[in-house]
Amino acid sequence: MRGMSRIGRVLAVVLVAVLTMGAADTAKRYNDLGHKMMCACGCGQILIECNHLGCPDSGPMLDELRTALAGGASDNAILTAFEDKYGPTILAAPMFTKFNMLAWIVPPVLFLLGIAGTVVLVRRWRIRAAAVPAKPRTVEFQAMRERIRRETQL
Amino acid sequence: MPTFGSFALLLALALSGYTLLAGAVALRQLATGARGRVSPERLAETGRRAGIGSFVATTAAAFALVWAAFNNDFSVAYILHHSNRALPGPYKFAALWSGQEGSLLLWAWLLSAYGFVLRLRHKVDVKLTAYASAILAGVQVFFLLLLNFAAMPFSLVGGQVPQDGFGLNPLLQYPEMVIHPPMLYLGYVGFAVPFAFALGALMMRYPGEKWIHITRRWTMVTWLFLTCGIFLGAHWAYSVLGWGGYWGWDPVENASLMPWLTGTAFLHSVMMQEKRGMMKSWNVWLIFSTFMLAIFGTLLTRSGLVSSVHAFAQSSIGTWFWAFLVLVLGVCLFTYILQRDHLKAENKLESLVSRESSFLFNNLVLLAACFTVLWGTLFPVLSEYVQGNRVTVGAPFYNRVAVPIGLFLLFLTGIGPLLAWRSSSFRSVRKNFVLPLIAALVTAVVVIACGVRPWEIFTTNDQGSFYAFFAFVLGAMVVTAIGSEFMRGAGVISRHTGQSLFASVVQLTRRNTRRYGGYIVHFGVVVIFIGFAGQAFNQSKEQELGFKQSVNMGPYRIECLSFSQDSNANYDTEYALLDVYRGDKKVTQLAPEKRFYSASQQPSTIVANHSTLAWDLYVIYAGKNPDNGQPIIKIFLNPLVAWIWIGVGIVVFGTAVALVPNMTAALAASRNRVPIAAAEAVPARGGD
Repeated sequence: MRGMSRIGRVLAVVLVAVLTMGAADTAKRYNDLGHKMMCACGCGQILIECNHLGCPDSGPMLDELRTALAGGASDNAILTAFEDKYGPTILAAPMFTKFNMLAWIVPPVLFLLGIAGTVVLVRRWRIRAAAVPAKPRTVEFQAMRERIRRETQL
Repeated sequence: MPTFGSFALLLALALSGYTLLAGAVALRQLATGARGRVSPERLAETGRRAGIGSFVATTAAAFALVWAAFNNDFSVAYILHHSNRALPGPYKFAALWSGQEGSLLLWAWLLSAYGFVLRLRHKVDVKLTAYASAILAGVQVFFLLLLNFAAMPFSLVGGQVPQDGFGLNPLLQYPEMVIHPPMLYLGYVGFAVPFAFALGALMMRYPGEKWIHITRRWTMVTWLFLTCGIFLGAHWAYSVLGWGGYWGWDPVENASLMPWLTGTAFLHSVMMQEKRGMMKSWNVWLIFSTFMLAIFGTLLTRSGLVSSVHAFAQSSIGTWFWAFLVLVLGVCLFTYILQRDHLKAENKLESLVSRESSFLFNNLVLLAACFTVLWGTLFPVLSEYVQGNRVTVGAPFYNRVAVPIGLFLLFLTGIGPLLAWRSSSFRSVRKNFVLPLIAALVTAVVVIACGVRPWEIFTTNDQGSFYAFFAFVLGAMVVTAIGSEFMRGAGVISRHTGQSLFASVVQLTRRNTRRYGGYIVHFGVVVIFIGFAGQAFNQSKEQELGFKQSVNMGPYRIECLSFSQDSNANYDTEYALLDVYRGDKKVTQLAPEKRFYSASQQPSTIVANHSTLAWDLYVIYAGKNPDNGQPIIKIFLNPLVAWIWIGVGIVVFGTAVALVPNMTAALAASRNRVPIAAAEAVPARGGD
């Protein structure tokens, strides 16, 4: 009996842990998804951050989000459902689909191309000067030294 | 007064038009050798004086509008819509820039003020200043045309004049709004001056880099104004909008960031032109782009092209701005094509591992950041054009795309100063990088030990910790690099003079204010990035708090002492008095409010904030429970936010240092008897 009770307690602990983990996961998903959508009232704020006094939209939208999470829908399904209901502007950033993909791809691709282009440019510009033996301290040397000083210090 | 204001605007337009025409004719005569009845010098001088007169006339118009606001002249439509009798004095003054027409008048006035200073200082270089003056007059004519024919600030109300105005937008009734817009506009408008000098220098095939020397201080001061304007706006958003953040990647915020990014790139790349005679075309186009982006930002806020809570009402003046932008681009392009042979570089890059190439990459990263912001801002318009529907491009996009670029820029801030001009040997690179790398590694270990888990981005998609980790690590690297630069130079001075290390640091900085002022600015940027990194660890909680009820947040316990309501002529308010305890010790009392303004019939949040170096306890009165009347309080614990404002202070200080002229080496040597060898040793790897 005592053994059963111990097993029961262990099971209860595991159950509570799993449920709590799920709750924490749901809370995190609620927070994440709330940050991925805009409030529909036109305030231009992220859904979960909308703080308008008596906002007609953010409360019901957050309730819908809670209901969808409780129903076990995936993140993508929830976002798509909101997009279908409120229109594409409801998402805080475009989804990675069709034309919207360009929004995500163009800046990093151009940036990488820019880096590659700059490296190529610098390599082309680079002057491969042969080692020149040190000159004695002549007037020209002093002039050169002055020029170097001028060019390396403002 | 409205008649006087309208007349002043017309006069300003006539005078600016004359400045443009007289300047253009005189410069044309000088260039071709043609002579008219009046000598070109005298004609140019009359143009200069007319430009000064235009400043006086624009000032009179601005004064007339402020006068109308202070005297509750609601016969002026602009005053009726942006002021009311109960509005406090400073906000009546701020009404000048709180609407479309008034803010355009502020633009025109600031532009004429910049022109006034430029024309007074014309002896710096008479011919180049004459070119710049004519170009500035061209820009001024555009704004005065707008004010006289498209967005008239002195339009009168038809029919019966109301007894009271509709009031100022409550969000603008905050002390920072009295200085944030003028700062921002000083930045936007100020870029017109280096633009005018650059275009003028190109038109007249100005020899050498003197135009850069002339405009260096203009550009730095303008950049400083824009920086202050942007961060004052961020602080205003944090303190007034009440959503717990300071930057929302709104199109209007983005509009201010774009010219700042290209302006920053320009400030760096002109050094290559000054020292090595390189990147001349690049620099000219950077300043052209910066000016055009400032105009484009103004277009964004006023045309209704993008939707934003900050934007002015949609109006027809967008077409005017488009036309002006196309005209500016056309003039720049035409002049460049005509004179491009004048911009041939004198030197070429000699090594990939050099200060020059680090500037090149710095410019690339800044432009990539600018393009990302522009792309994100305009993508909704593009999407509507291609797909037939608008999409929103908000914070999640920028967090994923722009933040990594920002971190890469922070990395370059650290390595740039460690590289020598022309070329760095492997030995010197190794020697200079050891200490910053060690600092970065130690910081990485400490940050992980403190509980930051950057690898969680791969498991839980938590970008915040990942970015924060790299911000801390790169920040440590940059600070060590800057510190070692100071210590190396100051150590040499200290050894040769016997001065304390602090005195040596001061002397070192005074010898090369631009270089060391720049390092202080970089240090400020690191502090700002650390402040940004804190955002990854924000916490928030919302709770109804009755009398003597309390809630815990982080190390604090917040207890409700009372809640009540009050009213005055301007607004009604509901507020809660909250005692904040840390352990058993009361640390402060906070009073978050919700105001409802009578004239505009709009609500506004007054945030209560207890700020420390570690975190801000940021409290909002979210409303009250209609059933029991108890206040609903939203509490945020925002780590490291104060670092952002401190970092901005450091940036301002560093820029001020860089603006101070260098103490000459001779003076330093005579005062401190520093041996020549020591004086030469300090800037051995020199440069900015």
